[in-house]
Amino acid sequence: MAEISHSLASRSAKARAGIFGDIRAALKPMRTEGAAATVVDDRIARHPRNLVPARANLPQPEQVALFIAKATEVMTSVERVASASDVPKAIADYLKGKNLAPELRLAPDPRLSAIPWDRQPTLALTSGHARDRDATSVTGAVAGIAETGTLMMMSGPGAPITLNFMPDNHIVIMDPSRIVGSYEDGWDVARTRDGGAMPRAVNFITGPSRTADIEQQLQLGAHGPRNLHIILVDQLDRGDQGPSESDGSSA
Amino acid sequence: MHPTSHDFKDNARRALDDVHLQTVMGVFRGGFVDKRKRAMERLPEFDQLRDQARDLKNHILENLDHYLERFEAKVVENGGQVHWCRTPAEARETVLELCRAADAKTVSKGKSMVAEEIGLNDYLEEHGVVPIETDLGEYIIQLRREPPSHIIVPAIHLTKGDVADTFREHHTDLKPDRNLGEARDLVNEARAVLRQKFIAADVGITGANFLIAETGSTVIVTNEGNGDLTQCLPRVHIVVTGLEKVVPTLEDASTLIRLLARSATGQEMSCYTTFSTGPRRAGDLDGPEQFHVVLVDNGRTSLLGTEFHEVLRCIRCGACMNHCPVYNAIGGHAYGWVYPGPIGSVLDPALIGLAEAHHLPNASTFCGRCEAVCPVHIPLPNMMRQWRFRESEQKLSPPALRYGLGFWGFFATKPALYHFGTGIAMTVLGLLGRAKGRFRSLPGAKGWTDTRDMPAPEGGTFQQRWAQRQRKAG
Ligand code: SF4
Repeated sequence: MAEISHSLASRSAKARAGIFGDIRAALKPMRTEGAAATVVDDRIARHPRNLVPARANLPQPEQVALFIAKATEVMTSVERVASASDVPKAIADYLKGKNLAPELRLAPDPRLSAIPWDRQPTLALTSGHARDRDATSVTGAVAGIAETGTLMMMSGPGAPITLNFMPDNHIVIMDPSRIVGSYEDGWDVARTRDGGAMPRAVNFITGPSRTADIEQQLQLGAHGPRNLHIILVDQLDRGDQGPSESDGSSA
Repeated sequence: MHPTSHDFKDNARRALDDVHLQTVMGVFRGGFVDKRKRAMERLPEFDQLRDQARDLKNHILENLDHYLERFEAKVVENGGQVHWCRTPAEARETVLELCRAADAKTVSKGKSMVAEEIGLNDYLEEHGVVPIETDLGEYIIQLRREPPSHIIVPAIHLTKGDVADTFREHHTDLKPDRNLGEARDLVNEARAVLRQKFIAADVGITGANFLIAETGSTVIVTNEGNGDLTQCLPRVHIVVTGLEKVVPTLEDASTLIRLLARSATGQEMSCYTTFSTGPRRAGDLDGPEQFHVVLVDNGRTSLLGTEFHEVLRCIRCGACMNHCPVYNAIGGHAYGWVYPGPIGSVLDPALIGLAEAHHLPNASTFCGRCEAVCPVHIPLPNMMRQWRFRESEQKLSPPALRYGLGFWGFFATKPALYHFGTGIAMTVLGLLGRAKGRFRSLPGAKGWTDTRDMPAPEGGTFQQRWAQRQRKAG
């Protein structure tokens, strides 16, 4: 941590005292003191759900169908393959179809390195965080959220987040069993990982980057990826600690 | 930003005569309104969610100190720092000092209305740090040195031709005869230019849509991905935001997120919703080394417990301005400060003072659409009424208006006298105007008769004629 000057710290402390003094004075007539802190701690500890739309509360196979429909609506493309060994060909075909170079920047994720890439020797692979020259990235996802076709990504050593934003094309490999109904279901998954610690970054990604800043005309690929492609791979998580079957239907 | 709200009347008149502005506002009109309506129809629980969001925000405001304390503790626990600022000056100085401590030459910026509020860009520039806006709309208006005209789409007042001219003027190292005819070309050019700025920046500054007490996270919601590049490429991430943005938990943020994009642009979800929690962790290959949250008060706490308390529920979705007939007629610049439209008419007098902004609460027909669409049910028209009341109290409105209203008020509270007086007036006017049925001019009503005739009453007040009819019918 860089040295922050003493004057900055003391100014902040003074402002803080003033702000809290004003807040407490203004709120005093509105509440019973003492009770408030308990209510607040309780809400944070229990983090109760508010209303979750009915659309997010479906049996898992229907959630997968909803996820695909919603993702497609926001111009994410989705395909489904039977196993990890189908992934290299699916990617090679996708790149060919879009006339893209067969070069991939992979997230350093053991699940991705376990894919039998040698089945497509034309694919050139490197792994790590994104660099400016990387045109296409391949990452995993922690969960898919059916209600809006949203991907949930969490940063970590195997998931550098620059891969989600810098390249022109982003390919996501995910087991469909990771698809849950709602954002709240996603948070439940997050709380079971890593002892529940919040990772440095959680990205909800809903479609490729876009802007309508010029005459309200929709343009894809403003700063992030122009193409977002999801490959759902059945049985990808088999044998490891993926989310359990009950994650989706418990909502 | 330097306010020009005191000139609202002239600003508005100019805006109405501005053919270019009227053309672009014509394109704007309706777009977001229709999209929001469609998104609402697709989510049957939308109205229930609005009620819950209102109650949630009320709960937060009643416990604001506690939630802020929890938030601060969590930020620190995760290796970040919180800096408290009462005034725009304190906030500017804090950000500058953080930039200097990081030895920053250039700063990339995600869209932040609070940064506009505190006039951050000009200040940094004056002190040798170059800020670069990266949201496409913000970038365009930064090049043009204009303020935003909308809180969600800041360059809504420009055509693609305007943007092409601006890019030609500023991107001088590119071929002058390149094709910039389509929005696509402009987006591609901005993407390429800004990509290099993201990579070169030492510090990234973003705003926040929410702050989460449970985890110490700051949340940004964007479509372009610029906010994310702003916070994952530079060494230092500074979040500048208002202290009323705190929410208790991830679940609570999720509820508000369901309302935000639907209300703002009619999307079910914005492309990127990012929760940032502290600096980069051991083993991470990217992310900032420092994480700072600059919490700005700037008059917000002084609204707690007043008749404007509820405006602190605002989630800055922009729906109220999209639906406002006044905003749609004059655009955002006429309001003369950072927040235009109905939310600006309520917030601006609180933040820059009623003396500067007293015209804004009058820029309303009280049609009530803003309140009807607000995702957190802020009673905006009623608050504008409160400001008008204060305006009159503080004698900021013109004397003729105050005396006129005082005169009327005297009679209006005495029904018998009122009916007697208006009865005479209507009879007299009816007799005088009998020949033509209208007046070309009337003393005391010049504002009306300058541009149109005043129809002459047919004799008798509405109440008198109603009573007559009832008698006949009975
Ligand atoms: S006042 Fe309501 S409608 Fe207007 S920006 Fe704020 S939340 Fe949105």
